[in-house]
Amino acid sequence: MSYLYYPGCSLKSTGRAFEESMLAVFRALDIPLRELDDWNCCGATAYMSVSELKAFALCARNFALAEAQNGDDDRADIVVPCAACYLGLNKAKRYLDEHPDIRRLVDDALAAGGLSYHDHTFIRHPLDVLVNDFDPDKIRTSVVRPLAGLKVACYYGCQIVRPYADFDEQHDPQTMDKLMRLMGAEVVDWPLKTRCCGGSLTGTVQEVGQQLSYILLREAKRRGADVIATACPLCQFNLECYQKQIGRRFGNGASIPVAYFTQLMGLALGRSDRELGMQRLFVPLGFKPPVKEVVGGEHVSA
Amino acid sequence: MEKWQGWRKMRYEADLDHDFASEIASIPGGEQLYSCIQCGTCSGMCPLSQHMDYTPRQLIAMIRAGLKGEVLSSYTTWLCASCYSCTVECPKEIKLTDIMYAAKRLAIREKVYPKRFPIPVLAEEFFRCVESHGRNSEIWVLLKLFLRTNPLKMFKMMGLGFKLWRTGRISPKRERIERRGELKAVLKALEKEHMVKGREELAGAGEVGS
Repeated sequence: MSYLYYPGCSLKSTGRAFEESMLAVFRALDIPLRELDDWNCCGATAYMSVSELKAFALCARNFALAEAQNGDDDRADIVVPCAACYLGLNKAKRYLDEHPDIRRLVDDALAAGGLSYHDHTFIRHPLDVLVNDFDPDKIRTSVVRPLAGLKVACYYGCQIVRPYADFDEQHDPQTMDKLMRLMGAEVVDWPLKTRCCGGSLTGTVQEVGQQLSYILLREAKRRGADVIATACPLCQFNLECYQKQIGRRFGNGASIPVAYFTQLMGLALGRSDRELGMQRLFVPLGFKPPVKEVVGGEHVSA
Repeated sequence: MEKWQGWRKMRYEADLDHDFASEIASIPGGEQLYSCIQCGTCSGMCPLSQHMDYTPRQLIAMIRAGLKGEVLSSYTTWLCASCYSCTVECPKEIKLTDIMYAAKRLAIREKVYPKRFPIPVLAEEFFRCVESHGRNSEIWVLLKLFLRTNPLKMFKMMGLGFKLWRTGRISPKRERIERRGELKAVLKALEKEHMVKGREELAGAGEVGS
């Protein structure tokens, strides 16, 4: 099975390390991935605030491109790492499915651009693909440097599991926990897995937005985590890049590395720091996984 | 918050807009608005309700009562970060997040959102950028946001900007798609559909199905 990759705007700028590390993980696991040609913005939350119909049309253009690029295949699986893009595309797909009046308008609009959408597109998050499409044993055998001794707080954020929990549990999602355990890390039990990080409020109304990020940072630390693993470029940005400001505003004691789950996976799969975009982190991870020793042909973790 | 100017707290029948609720309810699935039991689950779930001028539960009651002016000029809708906690927990399956979006669109259309409040300005600038380029260029959108709301904030953000540039996480390059004409044709076709009431109508709550 081959996948199309929809980066979205963030993975080309502030979230570059997410793109770099995700591509490295897919390469390490031999999962073929092609970038969707000439993709456009998903609309995110901002577009929805101005015009819902146009937001759906933006998404639909991407579906049409995916199906055209995939040729005769009867399904085009688009891998969408950014949580806002994942929700935006997923929501558009549902509305086009369930509301014929919207569908008719969007179909006509696509036709005006010489495009068409045939319901063959499926929106997939990398967590979904890695956990549900592949045998966990295959992934486990690819681990060359287990993350032994690393305590991870798995943070899913809001828009991957809500409102449509397609591939995971809404209140206590497990896919990232599973992957982190496969990588040999210890998963910290914490209740804020899907609590909002503040979204764009951290930049627009900082005293309000950054408080939400602060709650997450402090609780992860209190639970003994060494690192927060994220699956969303905005969550990562909020929790990491504003840490200094948050410290000034709410008191210190909330400094903790925040990495993409794919960066941690990449480490365990033996990829180099540079390949995983580790140099882009503001708060260095400060953890080197011990190298596995080979004893009598058997892999044993150090 | 505005200064107290001696407003009367009580509303008379004549102050209400009786079409407001149906305007909001015209979004797909919006009719569930009428089944609200005022249980407050939404306000309890909302991580931002303590910062809002009206909690989500209150806002729903106000929409149903027809307090259009208060709803559209409130901070509540703009503080909603779209985390969907309320939507998934509502026992009556009211799509609160989508209702917030509908109110935001009406507020932008009628230009009644709180002035110089950065969130609606960000939405507008983002919309413009994507409409003409097909992609979002963070740095340009943020620059316009600061210019329109609080230019001084730009200086406060310069340290962060520099760090982002040094780690290769931000660039002044304009991001754009190749087939911009194709995208423009698609978006324009949707405007034509609503020509009767003009382009502005498209930004309204009842775009479809009303």
